[in-house]
This record gives sequence, C-alpha cells and structure tokens, in this order.
Amino acid sequence: MATSTSSPARRLVASYGAAAKPTAGGFETFSWYFLRISGVALIFLVIIHLLLMHVFNDVSATTYCFVAARYANPFWRAYDLLLLTLALPHGLNGLRLVSDDYIQRRGVRLAVVSTLFVAALLFWLMGSMTIITFQPVASAHC
Amino acid sequence: MYRGQSGQWSWLFHRVTGLGVLLFLLIHIVDITLVGFGPTVYDDALRVFSTGIVRLVSLALIAAVLYHAFNGVRIILIDFWPAAHKYQRPMFYGVLLLTIAGFIPMGFFVVAPIFGACPTGPNGCAPFLG
Repeated sequence: MATSTSSPARRLVASYGAAAKPTAGGFETFSWYFLRISGVALIFLVIIHLLLMHVFNDVSATTYCFVAARYANPFWRAYDLLLLTLALPHGLNGLRLVSDDYIQRRGVRLAVVSTLFVAALLFWLMGSMTIITFQPVASAHC
Repeated sequence: MYRGQSGQWSWLFHRVTGLGVLLFLLIHIVDITLVGFGPTVYDDALRVFSTGIVRLVSLALIAAVLYHAFNGVRIILIDFWPAAHKYQRPMFYGVLLLTIAGFIPMGFFVVAPIFGACPTGPNGCAPFLG
C-alpha cells in the first residue's frame, strides 16, 4: 500500500478526485478518516431522512404536529442529533479543505478556519438545543 | 480544471455538490429552530418548502446528495483498495447512473404535488398552494 505522496500510485489517486491520506498523523490524518467514516454513516442517515421527509411523507405534511408525533419517540431525537453531529462537521471540514485550496494568505486562512470553527459550534448548539428541548405546546391541538 | 477528464469532473462535482448541501444544511438548522417558536410560526415559515419553486430547488438538493454520497463511496474505494484507481472511470459512470436512477423516482414524489398528484404515504399532501 503506497502511502507516500511522491509514489506514482498516490499521485494517480490524487488526480482521480480523491485526496491522498496525510501521513504525518495528528489533526489532518484524523480529518481524513473522519470525512470517510462520517461519510459512510451519512449516506444512510441522509438518504433515509430524505426518503422520510420527501417520499414516504410529502414535505407539506411535515408540520408542527408531525414533528410533535415524531419527537414523542426518543429514537428520532437521537437519529436527528446523530445526523446533525456528523453532517455539520463533515460539511464545514469539507469547506475548510476547500478554503485551504483557494486562500493562500496564512492570516486570512486562519481567520476563515476560526470562523468556520465558531460557526460549527453555534450551529451545533442551535440544532441540538432544538432537538433536545422541543416540547409541543398544548395550543397546537395535534 | 485540468483538461476536463472524468477524474476532474468527478472532483469538481463532489466539491460543488458538497458546498451546496452544506449551504442547505445551515439554512435547514435555522428553519428547524423555528419549531421552538410554536406551531403558527413553524407552519407558516415552513410552508415555503411546499411551494413549486422550492420543490424544484429540492430536486437540486436530492441530486446533489445522491451524487455526493455515491461519489464518496467511489473515493473511499480508491483510498482503501489499491487496484481501484484502475476502475475510477467506470466507477464514475456508475456513480452518475446510480445518481440518475435514485433521482428519478425521488424527484417524481417531490414534483408530483405541483401537478395536483399525491403519490405519497399515510399523511398525504396538504392542498397545493403554489
């Protein structure tokens, strides 16, 4: 298994749209594995989510009462929390790699990556609080 | 882009679909947060997802998710199976075929209510409001 970026096999891999695995260890290697492992899980989590919200139910039927009925079962809260927790860092880490490609100046890149990190934190807090704390109001008459 | 071969297209599509899905995810986290503001706010705001225009946008989302998912499998195969790079081009065509094969039936369910049809599950469709 070729692991060096200078080996012919790895250079070919890079030209086929995949990225060579960073070999130094540390955060970049973790990031490389995280994108792939979370990616495999997200294939199932996202496609099932899409089927439930756009095929098995029409999007027009996914109302407040629909959410209330669904979130009466802790399984769906856990499902959505897992989806949020994997998808958000998967996407924002992807955006970090894209910004690495296009932003040459180190200071600007640091500012962008810091912003992405804070955004990840804020959006995760927003989403997870919504999922965990939701209680249907009585006036909804579901 | 470098000479526009299949590997370059697959890379560009993966990047563009990933950014598109991320943009939707951020919007989606905000719109779902509205559920904490009660049924009136939530149902009024999320009615926009049932309109014809946003249904068409949802088609792009579905296509992007399917492509990104299947091409992600292709990337992982190339990463972990040393011989896979030899098959990257047929795998790319396979990714496109699977994307189209998944997109057509899913897209049908999303678009049908625009034409007054509701080929969907037990909760049915709300009357289409445009």
